[in-house]
Amino acid sequence: MQGYKTAPKNAAADVGLGDINTAFPNAVFPLGAVHDFITTTPEDKAASLGFISGILSSRLKNNGAVIWISASGTIFPPALKSFGIAADKIIFIRLGKEKEILWATEEALKCEGLTAVICEIKELSFLASRRLQLAVEKSQVTGFILQCSPRVINPTACISRWKIKVLPTGLIAGMPGVGFPRWHVHLLKIRNGRPGNWQLEWVAGRFRHITSVPAIVVLPQKKTG
Amino acid sequence: MPKRFMSICFLHLQTDWFIRRQPALAATSFVLAAPDHGRMVISAASASAQIHGISRGTTVADARAIIPDLAVFDDIPGLSTRLLTNLAQWCIRFTPSVAIDPPNGLLLDISGCAHLWGGEKNYMTEIQTRFKNFGYHISIAIADTIGAAWAACRFAKDNDIIEPGLQTAALLSLPAAALRIDAAITERLEKLGLRQISSFINMPRPSLRRRFGQQLLQQLDKALGHTEEIIIPLIPPEPYQERLPCLEPIVTAKGIEIALERLLETLCLRLQQEEKGLRHAIFSCYRIDGKIEKIEIGTNRPGCNIKHLFKLFEIKIDSIEPALGIELFTLVALQVEALPTQQEKLWGENCGLNNNDLSELLDRIGGKIGGNNIQRYVPDEHYWPERSFKSASSIYEPLQTAWKIDRPRPLQLLPKPEPIEVTAPIPDYPPMNFRHKGVLHKIIKADGPERIEPEWWLQEGQHRDYYYVEDEEGQRYWLFRLGHYDATISYQWFIHGFFA
Repeated sequence: MQGYKTAPKNAAADVGLGDINTAFPNAVFPLGAVHDFITTTPEDKAASLGFISGILSSRLKNNGAVIWISASGTIFPPALKSFGIAADKIIFIRLGKEKEILWATEEALKCEGLTAVICEIKELSFLASRRLQLAVEKSQVTGFILQCSPRVINPTACISRWKIKVLPTGLIAGMPGVGFPRWHVHLLKIRNGRPGNWQLEWVAGRFRHITSVPAIVVLPQKKTG
Repeated sequence: MPKRFMSICFLHLQTDWFIRRQPALAATSFVLAAPDHGRMVISAASASAQIHGISRGTTVADARAIIPDLAVFDDIPGLSTRLLTNLAQWCIRFTPSVAIDPPNGLLLDISGCAHLWGGEKNYMTEIQTRFKNFGYHISIAIADTIGAAWAACRFAKDNDIIEPGLQTAALLSLPAAALRIDAAITERLEKLGLRQISSFINMPRPSLRRRFGQQLLQQLDKALGHTEEIIIPLIPPEPYQERLPCLEPIVTAKGIEIALERLLETLCLRLQQEEKGLRHAIFSCYRIDGKIEKIEIGTNRPGCNIKHLFKLFEIKIDSIEPALGIELFTLVALQVEALPTQQEKLWGENCGLNNNDLSELLDRIGGKIGGNNIQRYVPDEHYWPERSFKSASSIYEPLQTAWKIDRPRPLQLLPKPEPIEVTAPIPDYPPMNFRHKGVLHKIIKADGPERIEPEWWLQEGQHRDYYYVEDEEGQRYWLFRLGHYDATISYQWFIHGFFA
């Protein structure tokens, strides 16, 4: 058939993760699938949300819409701009029960016009994750599920599992203040890919890899005698 | 469309209501009385009392002389207006435009309604039977004008249908009082021997005006149809409203769904032709026993997509209780807006928030869970962190200002700042460590202070000095000290947020 064909939705998606791309199948961050993040403390939850926002910043540059579903009301919209997302492109849904959150996430994942759906939930069961994965097969919406302090870590049908921890920031020696946000990104499992560990920083609207770990200062052992 | 009006006159409104409440009174004669200038004067008399010659305005003492065992009840002020209002509301099932006509009548605009009952005769019979079943004695008349209907109702012999255009002939034999004129004018006409309308209808108008005043001529013109008279309906009919009366009462859920679908089709077709979409609609079911069941929906964007609107109603259809049956369905679009320009599906992927699928999804979630839980935020021009953003009124409202990124802000903000214990060396320096929820955090790096004052015209209170701190494990927090440092008073520190 002659004529204009629309470009597939998630084509040419480089989310700026640099070296991490080698871990993914086809060296491209898998959009159109559901990613699982595990956090235990509120600090790690903030770090995971920062990482997710960084990934989405390149996707939302032109028009895009994100739905953010959570039970707590702790998100602070003005801070999202420093991660490259304008919070007015996000629709926040606040629900009480886990069942409602899962239902709303599934409905949102079926909606084709969305760029991504972020969901904060206590714990994700295998059955629920399979339903969510089925929902995105047709609509090709990217899903990010945050399990905040799960009691049990169940196996899931998600395409990947991440664990993000905060790292102390680095500054040029002697400079006061706090540096750029820095995280230890641990990709625990990924379908058809290679898990790994990286250290990332968010600088000037982009991810940047850190090759050296901030060293613990070792005091020289003084010999006696 | 030629207008037709119906006038209903309740012959014994208040006493019939009493009989409805206490059926035992039907056999007896009783009156309602109120004190007036020291005597008890009758304000309403039952049918059997009226046969004996007792009527409104007779004193109770005189009435008791005629009927010794007359039962006298206290008059309830405002009863007739209340009853008329309720009866008018009930009559909406016959026509949307009903007005009350105090002291004891109703006026209905029935243009275009009678054919649904198979003609005006059947329509009138139906109304009369229903009222008789309630226990009210009424007389009805239908005519082209309000004046003619009112006159025929009260002064003609039988329940009358005056054919279109024939109101002049019908009015001729009625007395002058049938024109709704003041008692003084009626008396003067009587004195001059002009007892029926036919006697003066052909007199030259200037002489009538000179002798009896402008009112006589005005009422005459209104009754004959030479000037317009409109009724002011009790509930003004909504501009976007569809009605579906049923010949047989509907009791099944399937029946309600079919009625809803039919109403949606007609309404949406009309909205589409006018290029409008509805935002807020109410679907009402009028039950046979007088109760009205309603369900409401609201949408984020104006739309006239029948499937989507039906799905929104469907969530709530279970709450309708048909009981003995529903005889009228109405669908009213309370809020209607111009349709936004539709984007072509060809370019449809990245249209962002202006997406039909998205707004339909939000309508569904909002319908099931409650629209208050769905929020979109836009920046607000305040420095105070809790007020630096506000809820947007719609999903396509544009930004008035830009989001500020000159200062660091935490991704997670606690709903209420939590107090912490802090060791700080010197005022204005960041703390050395702090204890939160029993855990001691040693602070390695810090940024600040950033002083944020509450806007004095909105909120009283002390200012906050915010610090962006990082502890030895790399966890980053937003702390603040409330108020000035003072050597004598101990000041309180709080944790407000977590940075990524």
